[in-house]
Amino acid sequence: MTKSTNDPQGTNLDPKDASGHAVRDLYSPLPVAPLEEHDVSGPTRTLWRDAWRRLRKNKLAMAGLVWVALVISITLSADLWVPDAFGDPEAIDTATAAQNYLLPPSADHPFGTDKLARDVFARVVYGARISLSVGIIAVFISIAIGLIMGALAGYYGGLADVLVMRLADVFLAFPYVLFAVALIAVLGPGYINVFIAIGVLGWPTIARVFRSSILSVKENEYIDAARAMGASDARIIFRHILPNAIAPILVYGTMATGGAILTEAALSFLGMGVQPPTPSWGLMLSDAKALMQRAPWMMIYPGAAILTTVLSFVLMGDGLRDALDVKMKD
Amino acid sequence: MIKYVLRRLLQMIPVFIGVTMLLFLLRAPGVLPGDPIRMITGERAIPDALRVEIEEKYHFNDPLPVQYGYYLSDLVHGDLGDSLQKGRPVTDIFADKYPNTIKLALVAIVIEVIIGVGAGIVSAVKQYSFWDVLVTLSTSILVSMPVFWLGMLFQIFFGIKFKQWGLPYLPISGMGNPPDLVHLILPGVTLASVSTAYAARIMRSQMLEVMSQDYIRTALAKGLSWSTVVRRHALKNALIPVVTFMGIDLGAMLSGAILTETVFNWPGVGLEIFLAIGQRDWPVVMGGVVVVVIAVMFVNLLVDMSYAFLDPRIRYGSGTE
Repeated sequence: MTKSTNDPQGTNLDPKDASGHAVRDLYSPLPVAPLEEHDVSGPTRTLWRDAWRRLRKNKLAMAGLVWVALVISITLSADLWVPDAFGDPEAIDTATAAQNYLLPPSADHPFGTDKLARDVFARVVYGARISLSVGIIAVFISIAIGLIMGALAGYYGGLADVLVMRLADVFLAFPYVLFAVALIAVLGPGYINVFIAIGVLGWPTIARVFRSSILSVKENEYIDAARAMGASDARIIFRHILPNAIAPILVYGTMATGGAILTEAALSFLGMGVQPPTPSWGLMLSDAKALMQRAPWMMIYPGAAILTTVLSFVLMGDGLRDALDVKMKD
Repeated sequence: MIKYVLRRLLQMIPVFIGVTMLLFLLRAPGVLPGDPIRMITGERAIPDALRVEIEEKYHFNDPLPVQYGYYLSDLVHGDLGDSLQKGRPVTDIFADKYPNTIKLALVAIVIEVIIGVGAGIVSAVKQYSFWDVLVTLSTSILVSMPVFWLGMLFQIFFGIKFKQWGLPYLPISGMGNPPDLVHLILPGVTLASVSTAYAARIMRSQMLEVMSQDYIRTALAKGLSWSTVVRRHALKNALIPVVTFMGIDLGAMLSGAILTETVFNWPGVGLEIFLAIGQRDWPVVMGGVVVVVIAVMFVNLLVDMSYAFLDPRIRYGSGTE
């Protein structure tokens, strides 16, 4: 992601002219200091480095980034320490279950235990695997479908454009959660089907973004040049047009990941998502509903996990949008 | 004006066909993995004779386009099949439940208009003030929160804890018997929460954009007061996208209420669909989705038509889309 858009080959990451002077944009003051003192310190101006510099100044976005990184590292390393310290997130220990169910938070069980005596902290940690993987994979499915549909509509135009955009209208006319419910009613509940359903429903927005960026650059001369050199349609679309659309797709993808996590939680809460005993935040909340008064910790922590994770993605998305200066309808 | 309305109606036809076709394909045999007959009879094993009978009744042996014709005709005649559990026609069940869902949606929309639009305006007019930061932060938190979790927090706090502390507490389940307004408060606020946050964000960004336009500067330059400019010049133009959002949102509330209604046992369409999921009562689930989708499309159409009143450019047919 460090490539500049006006440098599709990526050869010019550290631009210098023939005599070894660092190439600066025209508005910077001319270097007066001797070359060897100067060339490391001056920041190279590429779109991504500029964006990163702006993003780094955005405290909220950085807090989101740090939180997501923390959640990912806890989740990835969970097998090494969580079951030993807090117990298995799925299996029920029948020997001790009778004494250990619905314990309030304590040193042994920082988030308490649930009605089957499983440690809520361990379940929250393992629930992050489901949430993050559904969020990320579903968004990748949306982007893949959206890019193909957007390319069909924008590049070929005509009938393909009409059909694809009408289909997008149809998908957008559906209430999101309900459509996922209908799709899963047919496919059957389960982990895989959740991210298929969420992924399949998310494509129209990506398709619209990509279509409009194709339309805005399609008539440019460098596209004609690529075609004259014999580049195939696929190469033109993905090598020469796609880099123009990466910024909005990145912003959208970040926000959509948060949305997908919320949708997974909602579907699991409704019983249409991940099935027991697999720990999922939404499923844990649906277990907690009946025990709200008796064991509020069962609902506080999974909910807080969803909130903080989704909020991190929303803040990162906001930050990226400002840093990359993407115009978006909220 | 009439031309615009007619054109919108015509544009709705392909979307209607597409939506119904998609719903039809979801349960048509051989399109997706899964047995369509299971969707009609439920999980239990059935004798072959019944299977044949169902195949006959739903025309599963005809070519897909013919099947779709039958499906559409049933739909137009209001026949969505019968509930497995209750034995009643799905259409009757939802006809009973819809008034409750609409009641809840209207309460939520009122909250959204007053608080969402208000907060958005304050936030934009006093940009970077304490209130702006407060609105921006709280809207970010609200849009990141699972609605059903927020509802449960309300229940614990305003229902259970307030009762324990001896304070006046709010009912947390059902509509009351006989139905009263107090039971609407928590589900109404919960349903409104996320939308209110979005409405505030959109209102804020629209106001900021409009306020940077040349004609606002002109209005200020000719000596109008700041508040007049905000009220008479900026607000009207900034409102249009917010109205769009709210229209879509009203549609979504007719369905998105599935989570809120489930948490608060509010006897509406959403709760009915949720209960049907638990009982594997697929005709009710699929029928409910069809009913809601059609309701949403209808509301969206009404919203589109309302633009004609809000925006003269549309009324006179120049700026079309």
